[in-house]
Amino acid sequence: MIEKDLVIIGGGPSGLSAAKTAAESGLSSLIIERDYKLGGQLVKQTHMFFGSEKQYAKTRGIDIAKILIDDVLSYPNLIEIMTNTAVVGLYNDKVITILHEEKYSKIKARAIIIATGASEKVLAFENNDMPGIYGAGAVQTLMNVYGVLPGQDVVMVGSGNIGLIVSYQLLQAGVNVKCVLEAAGTIGGYKVHASKLKRLGVDIKTSTSVIKAVGGECLQKIITSKLDEKWNFIPGTEETIELDALCVSVGLSPLGNLLSMIGVEMKYVSSLGGLVPMISHSHETSVENVFVAGDVSGVEEASSAIVEGYLTGLIVAQKLGFEHPNYEVLIQDLRSQLDNLRSGPFGEKTRNGLLEIMR
Amino acid sequence: MNEKNIIICRCEDVTLQDIYRLMNEGYTSFEELKRILRIGMGPCQGNTCGQLLQREIAKFLEVPLDQVKTQKVRPLTTGVKLKSIVEATKNER
Repeated sequence: MIEKDLVIIGGGPSGLSAAKTAAESGLSSLIIERDYKLGGQLVKQTHMFFGSEKQYAKTRGIDIAKILIDDVLSYPNLIEIMTNTAVVGLYNDKVITILHEEKYSKIKARAIIIATGASEKVLAFENNDMPGIYGAGAVQTLMNVYGVLPGQDVVMVGSGNIGLIVSYQLLQAGVNVKCVLEAAGTIGGYKVHASKLKRLGVDIKTSTSVIKAVGGECLQKIITSKLDEKWNFIPGTEETIELDALCVSVGLSPLGNLLSMIGVEMKYVSSLGGLVPMISHSHETSVENVFVAGDVSGVEEASSAIVEGYLTGLIVAQKLGFEHPNYEVLIQDLRSQLDNLRSGPFGEKTRNGLLEIMR
Repeated sequence: MNEKNIIICRCEDVTLQDIYRLMNEGYTSFEELKRILRIGMGPCQGNTCGQLLQREIAKFLEVPLDQVKTQKVRPLTTGVKLKSIVEATKNER
């Protein structure tokens, strides 16, 4: 059995950031990433980030990924990286089983940071398995990572920031975005993103959703309907839209499967995306020395995931006896950065959600 | 609406019709439905269907979403060949 001080599961923004501050404190770590490369969902985010400079505002997501990866690579003696490696099991004695190209191994960790992120939610409607129906994240990966267009005429379902940004990127790639559908009565994402689409003539239809996909071997049309305040379809308001790709962007849900395996105390909090772990102020779960950072403990922006990663890396290192020389100052600064990111009306849901999971 | 064409679990090809049929027979917990339909037991291990099924159960029982328990997750998260496990444990006592 391999023994490690700290194992970080997930090499996205929060996992990379945690490895960095742990290393700065003198603690070694192993990052385990399922994908072939590090960076998580940042690798497809070609848009510039908001926030303040400390969270790399005005920098494109793909470039933030490069910064975070370079930071981690600059500690070759302290940070070990395994890509293309899946964590297949997590056990209460902090044993992690992994699979890398059919090689199965066991690792025992003193502490674990679970930074597995979130996955896309899907919608239940008629013929929702027809080829041509994608998640918005999948479209972004196809388009921005692999240079493949999902279709020519696209409708986006969901007007949160991901739906709005991906719609804009589809337009930039020369795809005809026919409209954006939003089940709620108001647009979900930031006004700046919505305005960009509107200026380019894309209609955002609120209180509207898809009820049926129509086609043969692949998608040809969708039927939409208006919704009442209780989210019921209003008969007689159906419309048909011709298209060859439908993009579903109805939110993300935290990937807490590993937490559930070791019986971490969890709670369903809809404003955080679904089932999330109860955590202490130090991001520790109900199982001692098992910590979380990033979307797995509540879906937010990548900026918050990065800051949570820095914070958790410092805390875990301190707990294992590697206190950063500037510990108190850094912790205070990172906490105030998180407060800033969660301030204002857009952060209200997150703020309330996080109160519910504090232990 | 044709429930037969609404896929809830795409890994195991479980439709909304399958779920309604069993809920009407009295199987209204995630674990029961999982054992009968294999819902949530495919490659994505319930990451995709979990929330959809939770919503359908909540609607059926007329209870809030947070009162519907989702599936218990167990190792392993993906298929591992017995050969790989045997090789890893060869040198263990």
